Amino acid sequence: MLAKRIIPCLDVDKGRVVKGKKFQNIQDVADPVELAKRYNEAGADELVFYDITASNEERDIFLDVVENVAKEIAIPFTVGGGIRTVDDIHKVLRSGADKVSINSAAVQNPEIIKEAALKFGSQCIVLSIDAKEVAANNWLVYINGGRKNTGIDAIEWAKRGENLGAGEIVINAIDADGEKNGYNIALTKAIADAVNIPIVASGGAGTIQHFADVLTEGAADAALAASVFHYEEISIPELKNYLESEAITVRSEIEWK
Amino acid sequence: MIAIIDYGAGNIKSLQFALDKLKLESELTTDPQFIRDAKSIILPGVGAFKDAMDALNELDLVSVLKQEISAGKPILGICLGMQLFYEQGFEDGSWEGLGFLKGSVNRITDSVKVPHMGWNTLTQHQDSSLLHNLTDNPSVYFVHSYAVGGNLEKDTLVASAQYGGTIPAIVKKGNIVGMQFHPEKSGKTGIQLLKNYGGLIS
Repeated sequence: MLAKRIIPCLDVDKGRVVKGKKFQNIQDVADPVELAKRYNEAGADELVFYDITASNEERDIFLDVVENVAKEIAIPFTVGGGIRTVDDIHKVLRSGADKVSINSAAVQNPEIIKEAALKFGSQCIVLSIDAKEVAANNWLVYINGGRKNTGIDAIEWAKRGENLGAGEIVINAIDADGEKNGYNIALTKAIADAVNIPIVASGGAGTIQHFADVLTEGAADAALAASVFHYEEISIPELKNYLESEAITVRSEIEWK
Repeated sequence: MIAIIDYGAGNIKSLQFALDKLKLESELTTDPQFIRDAKSIILPGVGAFKDAMDALNELDLVSVLKQEISAGKPILGICLGMQLFYEQGFEDGSWEGLGFLKGSVNRITDSVKVPHMGWNTLTQHQDSSLLHNLTDNPSVYFVHSYAVGGNLEKDTLVASAQYGGTIPAIVKKGNIVGMQFHPEKSGKTGIQLLKNYGGLIS
């Protein structure tokens, strides 16, 4: 059976992993390669690296970090942040990333999804959506690290992304991000119901129960989290044992060292 | 030396890193002579069926592959690389494949989410050295929207996964081995599978 995935997310700034609360008050935590190794050994199913400042400050993706991570780990990983062109995607994939996540650039130029999916295959093109609830069950897409409201309906955008050829959607609830009060179940479920591609829930993980909730009620295929893993508040083996006890299918194998 | 056919734009570096860890020497190449001299060939998976066949044709590698395979050289196809071994692919049209194996490549049913993305368990169909030293219920990482089907030769199926039906996951016919998932991204299990393939070629 296909397992639900647990995905630690590493926000990278100038080659270091950082974690901010609502994208503010960023604190330095670790070396991305070391953290990637640690998560791989703990049984993470996948990793995500976001170059969090790239969108605003026009930074290049850290291709050497990507390559060093690929050398050290034998699980899939996604790279995002500041991806604007098909050439950016090409470079990241050639450096050893398996998937590329596109956020602001896709809103500004939706054709990039189509072009990239045709060239590299849908399976490596992830549409990342930052959404904020503006009225009850009404979520709008924000870009540039959650700073700019696009006025686009998040569910419509997810459907369009699927039609353009995205192979997966990461849905990040801006209001929940960093709060540790749980994922936004309603938003995740609304997106999962609207499309037929895998959904990764992001933003708000604080307890192991939050993961169970979003993978069942939220209908997510995977759950992404950062600080609860970085600060070792939740261990991946403990989390997976709990999910298994709740009859959620997870990959239980210990990673190869 | 293993010749990894470098015919596209996807992530093949990870495959090479995994082979390095196993001390299996490999090189990315499109050079026909290098491929003839290698003791094994790996055809990785990148992009779409038609584009991949077009790229192999443009690089003039189809005849080299056919000659080497019929001469008995071991070849491993990964993901799309495995799919190209079949007669026909139905990804955005109908395209001729390499035709090493009987069968076709068809879209996964829409009754499940497509792509089939993530870790799925393997079910063994026959005894094979390819499956030696794996844990119980081994999981491997899949990411694909099309799967092998049609008039498959049943005795070529080594292992499968369940996802909207039976997905051929490992196939083998003589010197030809295919893996639909990514062994280089499948943790301990994947490394063991590559090691087992290495055992076939040394």
